[in-house]
Amino acid sequence: MDLTPLFLPKSMAVIGLSLSNDHHPANVIHSKNLLRYPLPCYGINPKGGTLNGEPIYTSIHELPQQVDLAVIAVRAEIVPQVLKDCISAGVKSSIIISGGFAEAGKIELQEELTSIAIAHDFPFIGPNCLGLYSPDVVDTFFLPAERMVQPRQGGVAVVSQSGGILVDLLVKFATEGVGISSAISIGNKALVREPQLLEFLAADERTRVIALYIEGFSQNEGRAFVRLARDCGKPVIVLKSGKTREGSRAVSSHTASLAGDYQVFSAVLRQHGIMEAANEHEMVSFCEALSCYPETRIEGRIGIVSSSGGHGALAVDACIGSGLKVPPLSDQLQTQLQLAISPSIQAIAALSNPIDLTGSAQESDFVEAVNQLAHSAEIDCILLLMLPYLPGIGSDLGARLSQVHRRTGKPLIAYVPHVDKYQMLIEGFELNRVPVASSIESAVKMTRALRRCRPC
Amino acid sequence: MLNDSVLTIIDQSRAQGWVLEPDAKTILAAYGLPAPPHAWARNLDQALLEAATIGYPVAAKVVSPAVIHKSEVQGVTAGLKNDSELSEFYQRVSGLPEFQGVLVEGMAEGVELIVGAKIDHQFGPVILLGIGGTSVEIYQDVALRMAPLTEQDVTTMVGELKGSRLLNGYRGAAVIDHAALNTFLLRFSELVMDLAPEMESIDINPLFCSDHGCLAADARIMLSTGPVTIPK
Repeated sequence: MDLTPLFLPKSMAVIGLSLSNDHHPANVIHSKNLLRYPLPCYGINPKGGTLNGEPIYTSIHELPQQVDLAVIAVRAEIVPQVLKDCISAGVKSSIIISGGFAEAGKIELQEELTSIAIAHDFPFIGPNCLGLYSPDVVDTFFLPAERMVQPRQGGVAVVSQSGGILVDLLVKFATEGVGISSAISIGNKALVREPQLLEFLAADERTRVIALYIEGFSQNEGRAFVRLARDCGKPVIVLKSGKTREGSRAVSSHTASLAGDYQVFSAVLRQHGIMEAANEHEMVSFCEALSCYPETRIEGRIGIVSSSGGHGALAVDACIGSGLKVPPLSDQLQTQLQLAISPSIQAIAALSNPIDLTGSAQESDFVEAVNQLAHSAEIDCILLLMLPYLPGIGSDLGARLSQVHRRTGKPLIAYVPHVDKYQMLIEGFELNRVPVASSIESAVKMTRALRRCRPC
Repeated sequence: MLNDSVLTIIDQSRAQGWVLEPDAKTILAAYGLPAPPHAWARNLDQALLEAATIGYPVAAKVVSPAVIHKSEVQGVTAGLKNDSELSEFYQRVSGLPEFQGVLVEGMAEGVELIVGAKIDHQFGPVILLGIGGTSVEIYQDVALRMAPLTEQDVTTMVGELKGSRLLNGYRGAAVIDHAALNTFLLRFSELVMDLAPEMESIDINPLFCSDHGCLAADARIMLSTGPVTIPK
């Protein structure tokens, strides 16, 4: 089953436009794609006519061309017939927005959709979902464009069983500067489910990291999923809900009682090198770090550079708590650092690990410290804690330090307070693909993410 | 390996939903999983004879399809020192429902581990290794993996137990035979993959591990109630 027309449609139709309600999901989807996306978008309502000056087509068979994607937003009862019409009209794929299926007890109605699609090898997402948002390609979310917070285009693909969680994650991605390749809400996942999406995204050139919000798998589906994830060659990150649900059946063995559903889920993910995010914040941090460094696997010997003793100390605590090491630097490396920094701070800077360049540090001191660490085999990742309010720090330091990373290949992770006035500094890192955290804790989470992907 | 005697035991146990301990140990033996010397005695004379062969002290356990949790009915005892203690135990448990005899078994020593398996709805057969004994559910010091296990799975499972120091010569005890434990887990994994379509869970608790090897002192195999499909 080829998902390409779903993810990269070159033309689309929206079925179920309302002639009287501008807020109808079909109308919102039709408008935003018509006005803001590069693909032709045809609206369909059996009554025909025009809407906002655009022609409304009476049926999928009347369109001027065969379309790659049909978004279906009609009453649940008529979805099976609409799906058949799409197939007979040569449509390549579909997203079924409509609710009123398994989630409302209409299991047979949903199974009818699945059978029709399987019989014709026809891919669809949903029902009861938001569908797909892919920057600059297509957007089937029925949320008005001006209400959405849209992350920029980038390397993270997000798959979510919940539309609400997905939109919320996108807000956080946008805030933290994480770019996405596509965001898919799969709703009741009646046909296309996590394993098929994983296969598609593993081969998708735009995607560097695959993130999923998962409520649960069907029987044995997790088994297939973890094997695909292990072998897919890209970092896979999972956020799980339903961790606390107790087994419904009386437990008659120690093993069954000790190996609860969530304990098994978590352990099996780790066994297959899949990262589990404890919450949305971790999900965002992991995605940001791994989209910058999808291939990197560090042991976890962290070199910390700061201009505040307190920042360094907090970061050391967080690193040790995460099982990362902050090894003292060798005398030789400390001597090199001493020679490289400005004479004005030579007597006051702390040059073991963490390195504290003090509030008197100049831009060049940060560049030199990062450069020395980047060339040293003693550490395998640099954690940089920036205090941008210090007088010696200019707004293009982010870009300068990113160049050091690019020259040496050593992963660099920065913390900069996320406020508007420091945006140029932040973008200097992010646009050069160096992740920037908005707290010390998140910066350490990002560092921890780089040690992932060791199947155990 | 999955031989005829294993299949026969499974067939005969299906009605009661679980495999009696002596039969479970026969299944373990078919996969090269060792237990202390043991014998299923159907009457007192036979029990005394077996105890003499094994040598006191011995453990004794009631065999009954009606008794899954032996300790709840005082149906298990360890450290019986002589014929009179064994006779007393035999006579007491012979009144339990559906009594089918007593399992007489040699005493094992070492660190108590639990090795288990269950069929997980989402992931199919999974295997558990933990620090065992009666407090197993209090400390919950366990490592879990999806079966089948690889050699790497086995070593990392042992290493990730908080109590792994207990296996490595804690407070002057001898280091356990790690090679024997690893082999035990790999063979157990083979058993689990074979029995997966038939089983619901397996508990080997305790598994005694010492410098002399690993011995399964108790084994319980719960069979599945309905048909399940297990993909490879």
